[in-house]
Amino acid sequence: MMKDFALKKYSYLLIFFIALSAIASGCGEKKSGARASAAKKIMIAGSTSVQPIAEKLAEHYMTSHPEVKIEIQGGGSSAGIQATRSGAADIGASSRELKSDEKDLYETVICRDAIVLIVNPSNPVSDLSGEDIRKIFSGEISRWQSATAAVPAAGITAITREEGSGTRGAFEELIMKKSEINARCLVQDSTGALREIVASDPAAIGYVSFGGLNDKVKALCVDSISPTMESMTQKDTKKRYGIIRPFLFLTRSAPTGTALEFIKFIRSAEGAKTLIKEGLVPEIE
Amino acid sequence: MNNGGERFTRFILMMAAFSSVSALALITVFIFIEGLPVIYKTGLADFVVGMKWAPTRGFFGILPMIVGSFEIMFGSMIVAVPLALACAIYLAEFSTPAVSSVLKPAIELLAGIPSVVYGFIGLTVVVPFIRTYIGGSGFSVLGCSIVLGIMVLPTITSISFDAIMAVPRSYREGSLALGATKWQTVRMVVLPAARTGIVAAIILGMGRAIGETMAVIMIAGNSIIVPLSPLDPARTLTSNIALEMGYASGDHRQALFATGVILFVIIMAMNSAASYFSSKAASR
Repeated sequence: MMKDFALKKYSYLLIFFIALSAIASGCGEKKSGARASAAKKIMIAGSTSVQPIAEKLAEHYMTSHPEVKIEIQGGGSSAGIQATRSGAADIGASSRELKSDEKDLYETVICRDAIVLIVNPSNPVSDLSGEDIRKIFSGEISRWQSATAAVPAAGITAITREEGSGTRGAFEELIMKKSEINARCLVQDSTGALREIVASDPAAIGYVSFGGLNDKVKALCVDSISPTMESMTQKDTKKRYGIIRPFLFLTRSAPTGTALEFIKFIRSAEGAKTLIKEGLVPEIE
Repeated sequence: MNNGGERFTRFILMMAAFSSVSALALITVFIFIEGLPVIYKTGLADFVVGMKWAPTRGFFGILPMIVGSFEIMFGSMIVAVPLALACAIYLAEFSTPAVSSVLKPAIELLAGIPSVVYGFIGLTVVVPFIRTYIGGSGFSVLGCSIVLGIMVLPTITSISFDAIMAVPRSYREGSLALGATKWQTVRMVVLPAARTGIVAAIILGMGRAIGETMAVIMIAGNSIIVPLSPLDPARTLTSNIALEMGYASGDHRQALFATGVILFVIIMAMNSAASYFSSKAASR
């Protein structure tokens, strides 16, 4: 008798869970229905480099505009361009310049991001030419003294980011140009891990976004221009820090409505504050 | 009612039992569906013996990762097997109950330490040590083998211990009665009798070493080269997947699944070998 009761209890439990899941799925449907009808919702997809800053900006924007809902997805710059073309996303985020066959989209620069070369603080090298950096990462230069005479004979430990990373993509485009990154380079899958290695290995060199700098590593000047917020915003191209890439918002036509409002917010003084805090160079209107 | 309830319970239990098997089936089907197109496009031979891995430019060759995986696996076995066997023999044959009561839980505890902790210790202790005293960047097959060797120690120790304990007492008594010393008995009677179980333990340890990801990513350096010296950095199949899955899309993503297919085949082969040896041990 007791057993019967226990079994019954379990079957009730089962029914309860089935009912619960039915309710849950019902809720899901209702939510997606509401989503379609809300006009003040924008979907941003694309570059994983832009994603973190876009999320921060969206968060700030949504606290002052509670009626707006901004959803942000990664996937990479190319995926963002595709999604914008197909209409799956309202805004595509790209961390590289558009190629000539992608120029059908309307582009707005929201900010710029610099790539900074970092070495161990004990390394006496403080300035490298773009060409030397390219040679170090392509494997043509493998010892510090051949890059510059000031350093004791030591092998260079070049560290790169993993294939598919936006920072690596920008580095390849801005520094490596047509050369390939040597397969012997160590590979790390995050800014933090790469920076830790550079901080502990006297022979290491790596690259991070400007926002990823800290005082455990030394940022290198490139072609005698130091990477500072000031040198990145220079009007004079000869004094401007060159390893810098734009973060773009792409739309099918000139942005309107909520998208335009959000872009205006990013390019306002308030948006610039958030950008500078993250180590990005704002574009103020 | 009683009968119905009985059957209902049996049905529920059966469903639970099959759910684990169906999870395996689903995972298998899924990685093969995702991974095979790239293998087909690249050609199995080019994929497996290709030297160049540049997935965003359409080069999918995973030979450096296959070689890296096996080198690190064998390296860790060189570290682990002598230590683990010595430990198992000591525990089974020589130690006093008091020593065993400390040693056994301590070894089991080693298995409970998360792999990221091993990786962190490797990164902060082993890598700088190799860099300073031996050479290279420190991120190397050697460093990885040392850390993985310690990681797989408990697996090999505890399974070999069980295999040694399973050798009938009468074997030992017979040998000792013939005048053999304790060590002679262990070497010539107990170990040969426990051989298949020990081999199964080593193969399971190899499986653990080849499947390890987190610690390897932190210590091996992840360069896409065939490591020719123990001081060279290396990338394994597992770390290839974990490193790049974050931003991978399209063919790149599929190529990572294809890496998983190859890994799956290797691990299946090793597990079958291990269960073959342990069933041989059990049937004796």
